[in-house]
Amino acid sequence: MVAVGSKCRTCRGPAIIDLPRHNANFCAEHFLELCRRQVVKAIESFAMFTPTDHILVAVSGGKDSLAVWDILVDLGYHADGLYVGLGIGDYSEASAVFARDFAAARGLKLIEVSLRDDYGYDIPTAARATHRVPCSSCGLSKRHLFDKAALDGGYDVVVTGHNLDDEAAVLFGNTLRWEIDYLARQLPVLAARDGFPRKVKPLVRLTEREMAAWCVVRGIDYVVEECPMAAGNKHLAYKAALNEIEAKSPGSKAAFYLNFVDRMAPLLAGQRASSAETLAPCSVCGSPTTGDVCAFCRLVTKASAHEPVPVELVTGKRRRS
Amino acid sequence: MRVLLRNPRREVQLAGRRSVNALLDELHLNRESHLVIRNGTLIPGDAALDDNDEVEIRPVISGGA
Repeated sequence: MVAVGSKCRTCRGPAIIDLPRHNANFCAEHFLELCRRQVVKAIESFAMFTPTDHILVAVSGGKDSLAVWDILVDLGYHADGLYVGLGIGDYSEASAVFARDFAAARGLKLIEVSLRDDYGYDIPTAARATHRVPCSSCGLSKRHLFDKAALDGGYDVVVTGHNLDDEAAVLFGNTLRWEIDYLARQLPVLAARDGFPRKVKPLVRLTEREMAAWCVVRGIDYVVEECPMAAGNKHLAYKAALNEIEAKSPGSKAAFYLNFVDRMAPLLAGQRASSAETLAPCSVCGSPTTGDVCAFCRLVTKASAHEPVPVELVTGKRRRS
Repeated sequence: MRVLLRNPRREVQLAGRRSVNALLDELHLNRESHLVIRNGTLIPGDAALDDNDEVEIRPVISGGA
């Protein structure tokens, strides 16, 4: 027997999406309203930014970063985008097109940085040169370039598209290992300090499924294919495990992460203060670092000296392992 | 019905009326990790699918953090 015609909780019109964690279904209009409300709640409750702040959105061409940019502009914030070309073969080329098309269609400013053109390396080459997983050099490169672009451009805050699933997965991994220092820093807002801009995550109250749905409803094209370098990483395994729990107990991911922020993070405030490191300018680029040369400059030196490595060589090795 | 799946991209043909949730269960796909789209429009878990429908099952999980 097939049931037909679930109704929107708000208007009783035909629903387009079921959200078990809210025990409700929504039509397109009221689903979008729910998403906007959740973002506004995150911005206000964590004091992320104000309407006068100059915002830089880190844009990958994926659903989350395009959705958060779209929502912020929709809410009336002034936000520019930053796209970092990672050089991950066809995946990066397709991602760049989605980011550019989104910005062009809305008349938004998109700043572009290319690892290969501007720094002489790409992520597959960095992975091979450092003998580490690609996500390691990818994350390091993006964090550095987001910070640099924000400071160079005079932006008050960097927005990233990290969603509830991302944060719950990171929390899950850190909890499995009781990484107290990482747990102490896992907040929706990282305050500006010592040459680092403020960084915020307005999507922490929304799931990946909800952000993909936002893009479908709003007609936003994004790169659906998974990054070929992420296949098999721990983060995906944690998300899969959490979604198994979520399917049996809707609302578990939100409770896990948001209750951590509400109840546990305050208890770790002392740990945050005691683990704060003394920073000094990198002798090469001037960015704040704990050593003489920052990790990004060390990566640039090592990876740019390495012969370029095609993405297929790195992904093929990961699949076999 | 014709069903488009992603990552990797492939198509499957299935016969018989069923709900979206039944389709996902049959393909062993987690409802929290996927959206179902028919003719460019999202459809909820209890929507009925017929033999002549063309649907996309879109994964929503990405690996970066």
